[in-house]
Amino acid sequence: MLPELGQMALLIAFVLSLLLGTLPLWGAQRGNVALQLTARPLSFALLAAVTVSYILLTMAFVQHDFSVAYVAKNSNTLLPVMYQVSAVWGAHEGSLLLWVLTLCVWIAAVAVFSKNLPDVVHARVLAIMGLVALGFLAFTVITSNPFERMLPAPLEGHDLNPLLQDPGLIFHPPLLYIGYVGFSVAFAFAIAALIEGHIDTRWIRWARPWTNVAWAFLTLGIALGSFWAYYELGWGGWWFWDPVENASFMPWLVGAALLHSQATTEKRGSFSSWTLLLAIAAFSLSLLGTFLVRSGVLTSVHAFASDPERGMFILAFLCCVVGGSLVLFALRAPKEAGKPFQWQSRESLLLLNNLLLTAAAAMVLLGTLYPLLADALGLGKVSVGPPYFGKLFLILMAPLVLLIPFGPLSRWQRENLSDIARWLAPWLALAVLIAVIAYFRAPQHPLKSAMAWFSGIWLALGTARFVWHRFAQSQGRFTAEIIGMVTAHAGVAVFCFGALMTEGLSVEKDVAAKPGQSFEVGDYRFTFLGVTEVAGANFIAQRGDIQIGIGERHLGILHPEKRQYASGGSSMTEADMHGGLTRDLYVALGEPTDNAGGWALRLHVKPFVRWIWFGAILMALGSLIVIFDKRFKRKGHEA
Amino acid sequence: MSRLLPLLAFIALALLLFVGVRMNSGKDNSAIPSPLLGKAAPELLLPELVLPESHLGIADLKGKAYVLNVWGSWCVSCRVEHPVITELAQSGIMVVGYNYKDSPEDAARWLARYGNPFALVVQDRDGQAALDWGIYGAPETFVIDAAGVVRFKHIGPLTPEIVQEKILPVLQEAP
Amino acid sequence: MKNIFAALLLLTGILCSGTAAALDPIDYHSPVEEQRFKALAAELRCVMCQNQSIADSNAPIAHDLRMEVLRLMREGRSDDEIKQYLVERYTDFVLYEPPMRGGNWLLWMGPFVLLLIGGIAVTAVIRTKNKQPDAAGNGAAGEDW
Repeated sequence: MLPELGQMALLIAFVLSLLLGTLPLWGAQRGNVALQLTARPLSFALLAAVTVSYILLTMAFVQHDFSVAYVAKNSNTLLPVMYQVSAVWGAHEGSLLLWVLTLCVWIAAVAVFSKNLPDVVHARVLAIMGLVALGFLAFTVITSNPFERMLPAPLEGHDLNPLLQDPGLIFHPPLLYIGYVGFSVAFAFAIAALIEGHIDTRWIRWARPWTNVAWAFLTLGIALGSFWAYYELGWGGWWFWDPVENASFMPWLVGAALLHSQATTEKRGSFSSWTLLLAIAAFSLSLLGTFLVRSGVLTSVHAFASDPERGMFILAFLCCVVGGSLVLFALRAPKEAGKPFQWQSRESLLLLNNLLLTAAAAMVLLGTLYPLLADALGLGKVSVGPPYFGKLFLILMAPLVLLIPFGPLSRWQRENLSDIARWLAPWLALAVLIAVIAYFRAPQHPLKSAMAWFSGIWLALGTARFVWHRFAQSQGRFTAEIIGMVTAHAGVAVFCFGALMTEGLSVEKDVAAKPGQSFEVGDYRFTFLGVTEVAGANFIAQRGDIQIGIGERHLGILHPEKRQYASGGSSMTEADMHGGLTRDLYVALGEPTDNAGGWALRLHVKPFVRWIWFGAILMALGSLIVIFDKRFKRKGHEA
Repeated sequence: MSRLLPLLAFIALALLLFVGVRMNSGKDNSAIPSPLLGKAAPELLLPELVLPESHLGIADLKGKAYVLNVWGSWCVSCRVEHPVITELAQSGIMVVGYNYKDSPEDAARWLARYGNPFALVVQDRDGQAALDWGIYGAPETFVIDAAGVVRFKHIGPLTPEIVQEKILPVLQEAP
Repeated sequence: MKNIFAALLLLTGILCSGTAAALDPIDYHSPVEEQRFKALAAELRCVMCQNQSIADSNAPIAHDLRMEVLRLMREGRSDDEIKQYLVERYTDFVLYEPPMRGGNWLLWMGPFVLLLIGGIAVTAVIRTKNKQPDAAGNGAAGEDW
């Protein structure tokens, strides 16, 4: 009974999204205020319908209704409650419903917080988001209905993929979706502006906070995914340039460019068409990501089970949305207006910034799709992996790292870059000096170690120099925008340092350990005490005890596990780690090596690895701080 | 003109993705083509699985075309393709079984249980020799002609269509 | 047929999703050998779990390939010879870094070509903005941030 209600709620939502997508838009074209005003109530109704549907699906999981095929495939009676709830988004159909729900929440949020906007704009923006919802609801209802029944109902369900039975994975998809889907707001604004025929800086000012929030959540979602992979997958990696990871990274890069472009257009009126294009691109890449993950076009350990029919549907949707927007852009993109500027100016630096970020996104796209391209053109099967992405990413980002401290210090329109160079020169010299020392002192990978120190120190001190400058110049007036920017750039410094130090100076040993045996890795000592059997809620595990210490000090005991879940399948490794500010100690269990209690172990020392995620958190935080700036509190009708 | 550029780029992308989805329908996209095609097959220097019904040895393969089927008792898809292999063998074609990463006992038991279509079975317990063939899983099937040249490789379970369209023509060419 | 395909995919998914650590305790002859082996293994793709290197993958074939690489290293072959050995058996696909040949020029040069085009566009824009009246002026002097 309840699943049928859920299905009905979906159909109602479908109709509501159709109304939302058409009525206000028509009203905006025709100047019919009554129709325009239907946007807000329709948005709330849509959210209600989708929420009901989602709650009903969740209830089906919690009540173990195995007559619903999706529930039977992704859960069983032994599954702990919190995973029953998160299992809703554990596979294709349910995660799609979560996508739609997230979109509806954004739509409702825009409906609530947009009182300052002219009705026409308001109507258009909500209608465009409604059309996106329409597409996804159509996709769900036609090809991916989560409420499909399976009769006769099995007595016991299969299982949620054990990899997903983890707190990190509970939050990763929702955070990611809030980010991805949030770019639809900037997108809707861009389309509304193109329809209207001119860009009003008021609207950009209005759109900025939404973009910042979306980008912040995308940052957190990606960071959480990376952290999860690190502690869950057992070999200490944190980024694999897997196609699905790339699918989330591309919108992130373009989103970062968008943030900067929107700021420039808002303040100076320049680059309005580039800002529009970036807004379209960011959301298009989000949609492309959805396509790549669900269509089976690319092989990935991450991808949902693929289905060419679904692939075609999303592709058609992609063509409508992106193709339509780009046609609109080709026809109506505004002419370049805005204030002029010189070769040496903040505008130029920001243009360069966006160019490099976009080039990086294009590189990731090229590398991700190249195997497909090669196959299609008959060039044979090529594989593109970390050696490609890692190298090119470093090459493209190096100039950016060099330029970041120049940006905030430069003025709009006209700047003398040699002045700024003089201010920054001592800090650049210091960074180079430390990098050189690091190069000669590194036990391995000296270049990466040097790059880590250089980028970390240069970015940190360059940003600090700006803070000092600002303090001196304007008696310490720091707007939220400035504080946010400083935080985010500091985050970049922390991230670069952590990532390059880990990549360069991690030490890892695979050992065949006998009980009581000790091993030295880096400065640390790992002592294997033995393995015992323990039972969990829905699994049985072999749990290892490894004592860790440095010098005379004992740091604790680590408990990596090898779990066998009751639902069957191969065993799963749960690594254990001793986290720290300056390094992580990491242990994973392999296989027993003999019958006398010996086991294979993997031991890692990973310097500064947590700085990777601290850096990301700082970047997200910085982006969020910006939205509290006073400039966004002005009424929309003021200039 | 530059305004059209993004649209044109997108059209090219959409075309590529369209082709990608079509190419991907149903078949295993992860299969790697064999670099051995057209080259001499590696020598089979492996122990044979001795079964009551075996009466051929590796030496008997010289100068004859044969199908090499990589299988294991642990391989689920091998059971699925088993009827196809059996039919192939019954039509007079010599099918050699390449028992991959399996114990002789398990292999013998599997054959006793499901039937033995193989004229002879060679054993590769640790998978070392398989590297020379570019084997990386089961089931995989090779067609080697009478001159000892690898003419065809299929990754994944065989179907009657593949036998009809790909394997038989090759065998009929160079018997 | 579709079910078998789905089952295969599932098996690959479980096997290749890193549910068991790809551990191989190896007695390296020297730290240099260890570094070389790890570097080489990271550059070779696992043919089964195709989004992992053989260093990371726990697929049986990855283990076999790692042992083979070690054996070839100890035989005295160079990195290039080892890669060539594997390419002869598994095609270019086994190289994680696409070799610089044939169509791969598009892959390696593509981003730089795009950067160049973008750079030209950016230069054109700046030049236009530069030519506008009041470009050299101090229009932004009063602006705070």
